[in-house]
Amino acid sequence: MLSVPCPWCGPRDETEFKYGGQAHVAYPSDPAALSDAEWASYLFLRDNPKGWFAERWFHSAGCRRWFDVVRHTVTYEFAPGVTP
Amino acid sequence: MTDFLWADPEPERGYDVVVIGAGGHGLATAYYLARNHGITNVAVLERGWLAGGNMARNTTIIRSNYLWDASAAIYEHSLKLWEGLSDELDYDILFSQRGVLNLAHSLPDVREGIRRVNANRLNGVDAEWLTPAEVKKLVPIINTSQELRYPVMGATFQPRAGIAKHDYVAWAYARAAHRLGVHLIQNCEVTGFLRDGDRVRGVVTSRGTIEADRVALCAAGHTSVLASELGFRLPLASHPLQALVSELLEQVLDTVVMSNAIHVYVSQAHKGELVMGAGVDAYNGYGQRGSFHVIESQMAAAVELFPIFARAHVLRTWAGIVDVSPDASPVLGLTPVENVFVNCGWGTGGFKATPGAGWVYADTIAHGRPHPLAAPFALDRFTTGALVDEHGAAAVAH
Repeated sequence: MLSVPCPWCGPRDETEFKYGGQAHVAYPSDPAALSDAEWASYLFLRDNPKGWFAERWFHSAGCRRWFDVVRHTVTYEFAPGVTP
Repeated sequence: MTDFLWADPEPERGYDVVVIGAGGHGLATAYYLARNHGITNVAVLERGWLAGGNMARNTTIIRSNYLWDASAAIYEHSLKLWEGLSDELDYDILFSQRGVLNLAHSLPDVREGIRRVNANRLNGVDAEWLTPAEVKKLVPIINTSQELRYPVMGATFQPRAGIAKHDYVAWAYARAAHRLGVHLIQNCEVTGFLRDGDRVRGVVTSRGTIEADRVALCAAGHTSVLASELGFRLPLASHPLQALVSELLEQVLDTVVMSNAIHVYVSQAHKGELVMGAGVDAYNGYGQRGSFHVIESQMAAAVELFPIFARAHVLRTWAGIVDVSPDASPVLGLTPVENVFVNCGWGTGGFKATPGAGWVYADTIAHGRPHPLAAPFALDRFTTGALVDEHGAAAVAH
């Protein structure tokens, strides 16, 4: 089980969290202006790297706050210096 | 001299088709390229050893009871190929049509199940709806007590579904492809591509560059990595999917049983081990291992459904890396690069599709256009919005 570093609660068991996928995917500022391809990209295309990955977690059974971390998708280690 | 099933050739300077990935789908694709289309100047490149990825890590369940017409067509095409595969490849792959139950544990489950049975029948896929009493009669060791937290309220049943011996399937395809002249090249990792405008000229590998007229991606959980080398993105997330086996036991279960709601699927292999799986680990991962609580929760579900399993010991757990798509359906067809083709996104359900995907993919590569059964699974469905939503029929794992 992963030990997920919640920036407010400290490291806690993975079972306290929900996974949120790639971080920094902003909602389009003017959705109606997007082409179909741009909208599809926003909805469906995510980075899927083998290596370091900026991702979101939700501490659903703890402080109930969202935060971003950088985690390695092969070793599963979290990069130090978490920034919420 | 030892008699090998296939040769271990040095890569040649170039091939008509280079298939990346010697799992079940890659081997089947190469075999059907040669058998159906006479394209025998083919290499299948494998980063590790042949069929050592998801082909060695799945739970071998084969069925075609999917909801939508497009899915029923391709999975049923696959199931029909499975039914003749031992003869076709002259190799007993231990294909056993023991039937699959998909249990319902709630009123929405019941309604969805009955809807799917009706949809299956309209598509010529064998399907029945069973009551809890009929489930109990078919599989006496299932606990159908209505006292359970999530009691069994019925099940869909596909009698022609079943299991096969995954290694034998891979070896049978490998031998048959080798006999038709296909080169199977192991320990050969593709690290890049030789670009030529909108096309590729070949692949860069850990064993040198290899030229190719056409390149077929067939790398399951690693397809995104290859696509990023090619400069396009795919709607995939790679997740660990765990499974486990028990020690060898007397035969107690002669049907495949799946439960979407309480998250476990189980069959008993020919040797006697119980083979179980459940959902993917939530996070993206390429590590071929997952978190223990996922195993724990699927064991809890299994013991609730089958109290007789409580004293069985887990022998081994493992994980594969599965490429999950947003609509739980595969991506099969053309790519933004003119002579590169893609077969991915099978997620947790690729094994059952091995013959069908190979057949359809080979045709797509040979003719440079989507096979009719592949057309609904084109990459552009995510732009047009014509998704093939199989989250219900894809069962536990998505």
